[in-house]
Amino acid sequence: MTEFDAASAAVQAALDAGARYADARVMHRRYESMSARNGDIEELTQDESVGLGVRALVGSSWGFHAVPDLSDAAARDAGRRAARTAAASARVPGPPVDLVPSDPVTASWASACEVDPLGVPLSTKGDLLVEATKLVADHGADVAEGLYQIWDTAKWFVSSEGHRIDQRIRECGGGISATSIGDGETQRRSYPSYRGQYGTTGWELVDSLDLTAHAAQIAEESRALLTAPLCPAGETDLILGGEQLALQIHESVGHAIELDRILGWEAAFAGTSWLDLAQLGSLRYGSELMTITIDPTIPGALGSFGYDDEGSPAVTRDAVREGRWVGVLAGRDSAAVAGLDYGGSVRADGWARLPMVRMTNVGLEPGPHTLEEIIAATDDGVLMDVNRSWSIDDKRLNFQFGCEIGWEIKKGRRGRMLRNPTYTGIGPIFWRSMDMLSHETVAWGTPNCGKGQPGQVGHTGHPAAPARFRGIRVGVRA
Amino acid sequence: MSTELDLAGEVIELVRRLGGPAAQAEVVVTRADVALTRFANSFIHQNVAESGVGVRLRVHADGRTAAGSGSVVTPDGLTALVERTLAAARLCPPDPAWPGLTPPAPTPSGPPVDEATAYAEPDERAERVRAFVAAAGGLEAAGYCRTALRSSAFANSAGHSAQGRTAEAAMDGIARTSGADGVARLAADRLADLDGAVLGARAAAKARAAADPVELPPGRYEVVLEPAAVADLLQNFSFYGFNGKRYAERQSFAEPGVAQFDPVVTLVDDPLGGSGLPFDVEGTPRGPVTLVDAGTTRAVAHDRRTAAEVGAVSTGHAVPGGATWGPMPHNLRLSPAPEAPVAVRPDGPGAGGSEWVGGGDLSGAVVDPDTAALVTGVRRGLLVSDLWYTRVLDPKSLVVTGLTRNGVWLVEDGVVARAVRDFRFTEAYPRALGPGAVLGLGRRPVRQPDRVDGVWWEAPALRLASWNFTGGASG
Repeated sequence: MTEFDAASAAVQAALDAGARYADARVMHRRYESMSARNGDIEELTQDESVGLGVRALVGSSWGFHAVPDLSDAAARDAGRRAARTAAASARVPGPPVDLVPSDPVTASWASACEVDPLGVPLSTKGDLLVEATKLVADHGADVAEGLYQIWDTAKWFVSSEGHRIDQRIRECGGGISATSIGDGETQRRSYPSYRGQYGTTGWELVDSLDLTAHAAQIAEESRALLTAPLCPAGETDLILGGEQLALQIHESVGHAIELDRILGWEAAFAGTSWLDLAQLGSLRYGSELMTITIDPTIPGALGSFGYDDEGSPAVTRDAVREGRWVGVLAGRDSAAVAGLDYGGSVRADGWARLPMVRMTNVGLEPGPHTLEEIIAATDDGVLMDVNRSWSIDDKRLNFQFGCEIGWEIKKGRRGRMLRNPTYTGIGPIFWRSMDMLSHETVAWGTPNCGKGQPGQVGHTGHPAAPARFRGIRVGVRA
Repeated sequence: MSTELDLAGEVIELVRRLGGPAAQAEVVVTRADVALTRFANSFIHQNVAESGVGVRLRVHADGRTAAGSGSVVTPDGLTALVERTLAAARLCPPDPAWPGLTPPAPTPSGPPVDEATAYAEPDERAERVRAFVAAAGGLEAAGYCRTALRSSAFANSAGHSAQGRTAEAAMDGIARTSGADGVARLAADRLADLDGAVLGARAAAKARAAADPVELPPGRYEVVLEPAAVADLLQNFSFYGFNGKRYAERQSFAEPGVAQFDPVVTLVDDPLGGSGLPFDVEGTPRGPVTLVDAGTTRAVAHDRRTAAEVGAVSTGHAVPGGATWGPMPHNLRLSPAPEAPVAVRPDGPGAGGSEWVGGGDLSGAVVDPDTAALVTGVRRGLLVSDLWYTRVLDPKSLVVTGLTRNGVWLVEDGVVARAVRDFRFTEAYPRALGPGAVLGLGRRPVRQPDRVDGVWWEAPALRLASWNFTGGASG
């Protein structure tokens, strides 16, 4: 019995049990991670998970059931249970459910991969982390940490409308960090970001990071931060490095444009959105430099795929065009509720999870400047980079972010290092203040985006480059 | 179908056969049935169930350690798991800090499992959602009802084995009106102990009381934190403070033997107090661990590795991935006041002693006698229902930023004066509960569910002298 056979059996059983639509995903995911601390391997974990999840629509109510068994009997039982759960949902019914059209396709897709990350010998990968963390420790950090993670996911999707799609997506990445411990506080520096940079690529991404070459710098910076002056408190011009801007996009744009949040479907947990669909196409989200795309087609970016987990093909769309809000992340049912004609952004974290609206690659189109030009054009400000903490309200408006490191900018030059840099603001006011944007774009990968109940961890990508924001409140502290 | 203990034994035998008699191994097999019925806009929009099995194996061979896990429990699947984990161990660098296996030891029986909860049907969860929505009285309602069963067995090559089962039910919902939300949240050992109507009425009462909020200037305010808000403090204390790895690395504020908290603060991790398995993933028996006793820090959570590092013994807090994240408490209780006056409700109808919690006329911000008693003593301060999106600015001092959510009210002269818009705060959690900082403690702890079943945070309401609000949510 093939994976497609199991998925088809589950779908058919759901239909036989009364569903008017059903789809099923068989997923086989292999995961490997290794971490090192102070020159020793700390943990090596390898996981292999195989199972099937089936979703049934009975009337206008959904049900979902997942099992770790691909036998015909188990698949059929899962389909029946999904339909039964959907019937129970009808005890507290909602409005009619429609699905925007999605052409049934038979297709196969795989992410590009030069060096199979699971094929690289463990000893090679371990040696890299040991060497890098030993260097970090040797250069003065109290705690030197290194990590890589690899996901190799094969999935088979079948729907009652005729979709039959298989995909193989390989993702990996890694990074190093240095923590120095002082009296009453710690300082951390990471490269290239905390817990690393990730993409839908092979091991070539980790090789390209050249972790050992950056070990000394982050160790020395973490030590120097312990005695650096505090980031001043007040309003100033803020320059963000690309890694921090990626996080800013993720939290204050990516989540805000999720259609399930806008419709209230996440109200009790992740929250809603400040965006009102009545303003789609007219709302000014940011300055004219702000053009943000939803693009799951970017080669190597962490949010890339061939088809989403409802069978919709990867398509590039604008979310914000020259500062105006024009698009959302949607699924087939949420799009129908909103009167839109596209889904394409639904994904499930493994076979045991319900597919839901998730970010793909949500990022900024490049601007006309460079970081050095932005610094040179700034008379008085602060440059911050590499995220250390992030917090935003349930409408995705009020945020406060902390970075690992800051620098004073005076008369167009980078000055003293600053410790504990933080900044706070309101999303659209912040984005409207962006007046300079670099073209030095990197597609940063975020492998830890939490959403949903039961919890799901999403992998998202965020092309971003350094940018300047005017009149921002910085230096918030306890 | 093989039992979890059978499967664990099979894996140990496979390691012995494929890895040789010197290979050390420990294995945990867990079957889980988790179902969650989710509602929003007052209807069920997501309704899921998962039947899963997981095998987690850790081997130590020739001085090297590796871990593997999988969901395939056929003979071929188990063999593949053992082979790849042994292969991984051979390729790993030496592990000189390997703490050895847990020796045979008696394991306590866990809390009794309510079979009706373990095998609850979708209709039973849906019925509680229906009751919640109905009790919200026309307000928009959103949230979930969850049931979970976990059956787990442990075995190692040192001859130790253990098994246990646990069930949990939880309900978490909000009611919404005019941009104001009210929340009701409860975890229990039995689904029968969750009354959707009571919870829905509580959420609706608080939402109505939260309508038309005014914006107050940021600054330091005295606060009464309701149990949902206190749960966030407990969670951050666990992750960053009482985490044995962070303690060993000197990244924790915890200093055993030092009076770091107000004398009314006693914190106990009590996995067997509800929905907890009686052993951890290293097979160490679990039981209550007093982390803070009357204000003095007494212990942090350890697994075998961190315990060996600091010369302590494991407290039964090993978790998957613990070498990276560290061992931490997952069932933390802030002990209630042994005796505290229960005030007559000062701000509206519905007074009625303990009956207040479960019924009566719920129409105000204060819906239980504990909170009422604490609010009565506040000359000017804020009543806070819930905290949201808290993140740590510095792990050692445990400075945290986040926002209030699901209702904030100004309290003046012991009476709730009016609803207030949400605040952002930036506060050092240990300092907020430091000596002299706790002005009152409720006597009725309420168990708050975590995002993961089996994890909970239990606390009464808490009155604190000062909380640092650094901005309004609108700017």
